[in-house]
Amino acid sequence: MSDLAIQSRRDWLLSERPASRMQARLGRAYVAWRRFSANRLAFLGLLIILALLVVAALAGVLAPYSPTFGDLKGSRLLVPSAEHWFGTDDLGRDILSRIIFGSRWTLYVVILVAIIAAPIGLLVGTVAGYAGGWTDAILMRITDIFLAFPKLILALAFVAALGPGIENAVLAIAITSWPPYARIARAETLTVRNSDYIKAVQLMGASPFRIVLRHIMPLCISSLIIRVTLDMAGIILTAAGLGFLGLGAQPPLPEWGAMIASGRRFVLDQWWVAGAPGAAILIVSLGFNLLGDGLRDALDPRSGDQ
Amino acid sequence: MTLALSVDRLEVVFDRFRALKGVSLEVQSGESFGLVGESGSGKSTLLRAIAGLAPAASGTITVNGKRLGTRRDKAFYREVQMVFQDPYGSLHPRQTVDRLLQEPLAIHGFADGEKRIQRALDEVGLGSGFRFRYSHQLSGGQRQRVAIARALILEPSILLLDEPTSALDASVQAEVLNLLEEIRRRRKLTFLMVSHDLAIITHMCERLMVMQNGEAVEDLTADDLVQRQVTKDYTRNLLRASEGFVRT
Amino acid sequence: MSTLLDVDDLRVTFPTRTGLIQAVRGVSFSLGRERLGIVGESGSGKSQTGRAIMGLTPPQAEVTAKKLAFDGIDLLAASPRDRRALRGKRIAMILQDPKYSLDPVMSIGRQIVETLRTHEKVGQAEARDRALAMLEAVQIRDPARVFDLHPHEVSGGMGQRAMIAMMLIAGPEMMIADEPTSALDVTVQLDVLGILDRLVSERGMGLIFISHDLRLVSSFCDRVIVMYAGKVIEQLAASELGRAQHPYTRGLLNCMPKIGADRHPLPVLDRKPEWAA
Repeated sequence: MSDLAIQSRRDWLLSERPASRMQARLGRAYVAWRRFSANRLAFLGLLIILALLVVAALAGVLAPYSPTFGDLKGSRLLVPSAEHWFGTDDLGRDILSRIIFGSRWTLYVVILVAIIAAPIGLLVGTVAGYAGGWTDAILMRITDIFLAFPKLILALAFVAALGPGIENAVLAIAITSWPPYARIARAETLTVRNSDYIKAVQLMGASPFRIVLRHIMPLCISSLIIRVTLDMAGIILTAAGLGFLGLGAQPPLPEWGAMIASGRRFVLDQWWVAGAPGAAILIVSLGFNLLGDGLRDALDPRSGDQ
Repeated sequence: MTLALSVDRLEVVFDRFRALKGVSLEVQSGESFGLVGESGSGKSTLLRAIAGLAPAASGTITVNGKRLGTRRDKAFYREVQMVFQDPYGSLHPRQTVDRLLQEPLAIHGFADGEKRIQRALDEVGLGSGFRFRYSHQLSGGQRQRVAIARALILEPSILLLDEPTSALDASVQAEVLNLLEEIRRRRKLTFLMVSHDLAIITHMCERLMVMQNGEAVEDLTADDLVQRQVTKDYTRNLLRASEGFVRT
Repeated sequence: MSTLLDVDDLRVTFPTRTGLIQAVRGVSFSLGRERLGIVGESGSGKSQTGRAIMGLTPPQAEVTAKKLAFDGIDLLAASPRDRRALRGKRIAMILQDPKYSLDPVMSIGRQIVETLRTHEKVGQAEARDRALAMLEAVQIRDPARVFDLHPHEVSGGMGQRAMIAMMLIAGPEMMIADEPTSALDVTVQLDVLGILDRLVSERGMGLIFISHDLRLVSSFCDRVIVMYAGKVIEQLAASELGRAQHPYTRGLLNCMPKIGADRHPLPVLDRKPEWAA
């Protein structure tokens, strides 16, 4: 494509007089993207997460061996080599393949937790913040109760009650991670609820439900996305922690936390068994953190004119 | 002449602070009425109480013959609309002009939205080029025009104006004041306008009330002010101050 | 009349995503011990002119001038340290809203004392006495009480008086007031202007009064500069304002509603592109 075409497309996106709803929306997204991509580290974070997505999607193609069946006789606890890049574990399974398939479980946990916890937090926070009074007091005290317990302990209690397994681990993490989101959404709501533009919508005769849903929630979403992205690392670690304690994913699922747990017995002699999934957790957590920081710069309504 | 708006001994109390201490006023249909005062005089509170944004502790508000309760129904908002002081704060930061104007139509279930939005934008002199802009892509005067378009789109009969031009440059102020006058003439609207500037009120309104500390100081006509026929010292001070600095 | 400040071809340029924006485009004027008004609408560059003189331009912006000299000192060549020493001691600035320019967690009296002691070697007791005297000079009735109050405990008018007291305590020779009364009620506005006027003439200071309000400036200042789009388009004596030549100045004067002038609709400005050229 010629430079001219690129230039004119950029002008179209950055136009101060968009001619359609679509152009206005795309232009906005483009400005956020420019701000985001100017941040190198954030871009690195995005690349890591994209790589994670690709690996998870193509796990069947990328993995050289089966993640669940190993050669017990000939390849137990092999040192990393050309054949097994990350070595093998005590059941003779290729660790690289297990990590590749494990990325699916990591994504599964992270996405499910985000889908469950963020909307609950958003709803509780905005309703409490906008309604005020008794509704606020009751909702926020409930939130406080959840906040008062350390996350992992509460998750442990839930898993103990519901039984071990990755679905229950997800549920437990989701239940323990919405309170901070509710806090954020409430704080955000409190700053906008008395603004003239919300007053103006009230004066249109809009119902409180409509105001919260269509006017307040969209304003809270960007800070929430940022916070959820930054929390992803913590969610992965909690899931890994539960897996490590034997309360999350159950064998033979190739979940990274559970892999570390089973590798800890030989961590001194066969360090790669625990080290490889540990490195994977580290890299993905870092990716989410960098991405979150970048999103904060790109989406934060308080920075710049957006 | 019929009464468009009457307020009788209205009291507004915020946390034991009496922001309005029994204020009464009557505005005829088609009239433009001004409220003048300095900060803390309660002039904006009075406007907000009428709009239902400030709680009335006692007293009554009657709009077009209907006495208002504490809750306003949808029909009320089709009669009474408001334009806020700060054009930078009264437009949602994440919505395009189009979205802002669509909202009232959607709430009240108007079918011919396209046409109305187009007409409203034309009426305030913006045209369709502004329709898909976000508020940060507009100047202060343009924002205030959008706010006026939004207030007019439900075709109210009474417009509450809370210092609609005090945040604007003088030249833009003149344009917006002219626009408001023209709209009032064309639509036969009733205005209740708040300002700290006596000159603007005498320019825009036929009658006015001077307020101080939540109370009415005196009721005047614009002609009284022009003739300097004022009875209270407070009003005289305001008049003197509006003439600029005098070296002693 | 001795020249206090000499500005020749001052330019302030801001880099933005879409290119360079010139906020001030070649402003020249000189100031003696007089009251000079700079009038313009938003975006005219009037505030950026004041800030550039003060050395308060944001770091990403570039300030250039053929000459920018205060009492013979080249301000653009001066070290940041020298400029800091000048600020407050010899050049003072008052901003629009005292709420944002006073430190909210320090009492008013202490802020004035601190300012004084930054610029002069004086004892605590003497500093306090001088601060109290200064508060009295800005017509605060009970200086001893106000001395111990925090900024949020006083009204806007009182806060602005305290701000003036703080700015004048070190005895500056020049003061830049950027919309000093715009946040105040009209009657309070005149009180504050009266105080400012008296102090400026008693001390023989030079004053630059930046405002959007042409009428207020012309009633207060000796001389008025009208700015438009970063340029000075007219300079005239305040008393000559009625005979302003430039259509922008005349339009600005005309478009304000006046009590007794029955003009419907109000005349509006017809902005000509050549004004900004």
